[in-house]
Amino acid sequence: MSGMANEAPAGDLRLVDLTKRFGIFTAVDDLTLTVPQGSFFALLGASGCGKTTTLRMIAGLEEPTSGQVLLGDRDISRLRPYKRPVNTVFQSYALFPHLDIAENVAFGLRRRGIRKVDGQVRQMLSLVQLDGFGRRRPAQLSGGQQQRVALARALINHPQVLLLDEPLGALDLKLRRQMQIELKRIQTEVGITFVHVTHDQEEAMTMADTVAVMNAGRIEQLGAPAELYEYPATAFVANFLGQSNLLAAEAAGPAGPEVPVTAHGARFSVPVDRARVDRGPVYLGVRPEKLHLAEAADEVPAGHQHVPGVITDASYVGVSTQYLVRTGWGSELSAFAANSGVGRQHPVGTSVVAHWDPRHAFLLPREPGQDDRTTPLLDEPVKVPS
Amino acid sequence: MTALAQLGSGTPATGSPPPARPGRHRLLPYLLLLPGAAWLVLFFVVPLAQLAAASLYDPTGSLSTGYVLTWAFGNYPEALQAYAPQFARSFGYAGAALVLALLLGYPLAYAIAQKAGRWKNLLLVCVVAPMFTSFLVRTLAWKTILSDNGVLVGLLRDVHLLGPDGRLLATPVAVVLGLTYNFLPFLVLPLYASLERLDHRLLEAAGDLYAGPLHAFRTVTLPLSMPGLIAGTLLFFIPATGDYINAELLGTPNEYMIGNVIDSAFLVRLDYPQGAALSFLLMAAILAVVFVYLRRAGTEDVL
Repeated sequence: MSGMANEAPAGDLRLVDLTKRFGIFTAVDDLTLTVPQGSFFALLGASGCGKTTTLRMIAGLEEPTSGQVLLGDRDISRLRPYKRPVNTVFQSYALFPHLDIAENVAFGLRRRGIRKVDGQVRQMLSLVQLDGFGRRRPAQLSGGQQQRVALARALINHPQVLLLDEPLGALDLKLRRQMQIELKRIQTEVGITFVHVTHDQEEAMTMADTVAVMNAGRIEQLGAPAELYEYPATAFVANFLGQSNLLAAEAAGPAGPEVPVTAHGARFSVPVDRARVDRGPVYLGVRPEKLHLAEAADEVPAGHQHVPGVITDASYVGVSTQYLVRTGWGSELSAFAANSGVGRQHPVGTSVVAHWDPRHAFLLPREPGQDDRTTPLLDEPVKVPS
Repeated sequence: MTALAQLGSGTPATGSPPPARPGRHRLLPYLLLLPGAAWLVLFFVVPLAQLAAASLYDPTGSLSTGYVLTWAFGNYPEALQAYAPQFARSFGYAGAALVLALLLGYPLAYAIAQKAGRWKNLLLVCVVAPMFTSFLVRTLAWKTILSDNGVLVGLLRDVHLLGPDGRLLATPVAVVLGLTYNFLPFLVLPLYASLERLDHRLLEAAGDLYAGPLHAFRTVTLPLSMPGLIAGTLLFFIPATGDYINAELLGTPNEYMIGNVIDSAFLVRLDYPQGAALSFLLMAAILAVVFVYLRRAGTEDVL
């Protein structure tokens, strides 16, 4: 039993060619990734994309069909869950209803034959701000408190990797925001590698150092949140992480520092370092908040590229106004205007010119035949109460 | 409930006449209790008082000469002294049968509740199915199963677990086997109900927190199945202790339990005071055992 949860640095968590099939369904498809030691890593994706299955394979609750889970140089793929130096915060919390909070938290320590647990339990409850709750039963606690007990119960073991399976999914919005900050604080404090599974892009972006966007059992893109947001690699990422205006375009190879493209008869360009592809069918992408509105073409700043259109919808949401602009060829573009006091409101029906700085645009690969995409994906995750 | 009460009480300020219902609402629970309570008083409390009186009759009386209530408390020590071995056997056999039933019943209930999947209902029917035949018939069937020239005894003799003249029928083993078989469903069903509600994610959590399968069973499954386990053991143990059919059919007078003595006191020897005293002694003994058991196993600690 020794050697488990030792304090020595464990090294990076590596998944190598990890595959999991359930019958003919491939949940996780040849996944390879490295989670650096001590990082806060988020696996982001819609329900059914394989993120939870990946987590369960790391925890040992699911056996991989093929591939390896490595912790440092140690292959833990075939170890039983109770032999792995890894702990999980379950989505349902899975607190033991027959034990009080202190015993729930002490569970892992007791299993490893540690007798004097009181001090550590008190310290851990204080870390998650539940001092004095030790003698209560899980059923007497609110959802947010139960969530923190689940966290304390896992952290007290000083695992080499802490796995979080949608830990904030059952909490209301305000509490979730609070817990996001809390989790980040705790992670910085204890310095343990966190692997966090979520379908909430905002949650992933606010907490994680590195986000891996998963789709259909594969990783679409992996990187720092800002990197993913500013320069997405695929149309899926561009629309799963926030919103994007994607114009179907054709590119004909780079010309100097730029890649010229043609979209709906108009010519645009994107800097070479913002182009994932430079030839063939492409998407020209611009984020809605990078799309500005002017009343006439002569108001467009120099160097900006523009498209004329008509406002078809304006939603005032407080911090910003969200416009839909119908272009000459019929597609609608989404534009967010910050409500900062400068600039005018554009009533529905007025003609405007939508413009953007080409350094904020990006080029993504596109399947031939795919048209413009502006709205968020229809299969955005729907919260299913468990 | 508060809203209901407010509705029911009606405020005079609104000018509407106070509804006639509140009185009936308050009486309703008692009205619902009435038939059951009347039944219990008539067929349980009255006979029990009668039996208590009978246990204190003058032991020298008889049915033909009539009994006199002489507060003969001496009936009790006398009965206990005369039939101590039968008392000991009752608890010994019932206890042994309980252990055997737990060994058989817990894995069975666990398998049906957690592992059976779509076979769950069929297996439950199988557990209950024997109850569709009479208790007497089932016990008589065991007489055949355990008989000297039966397959089971033959097999045990062949593998030398029994000597060439060894037998099962008319031994304590037969009585314990009969008790185990006859009362097993009473243990399995409440256990099943408890285990069926067990959230397997708790077992995953235990595994994640370094508990191997055995640890997880001891610290999670077992405590969470306690309510069913307690109900099941009581439903098994109480009737098994008072049973006399199994000892009668599968044993000999050497295996007789206290139930057999009470049976003969009332129906053969017609010694009513002794039969009544023995009945109360058995009841007291069972209550004492259950009380100690509940104090130790404690249900209040279990959700």
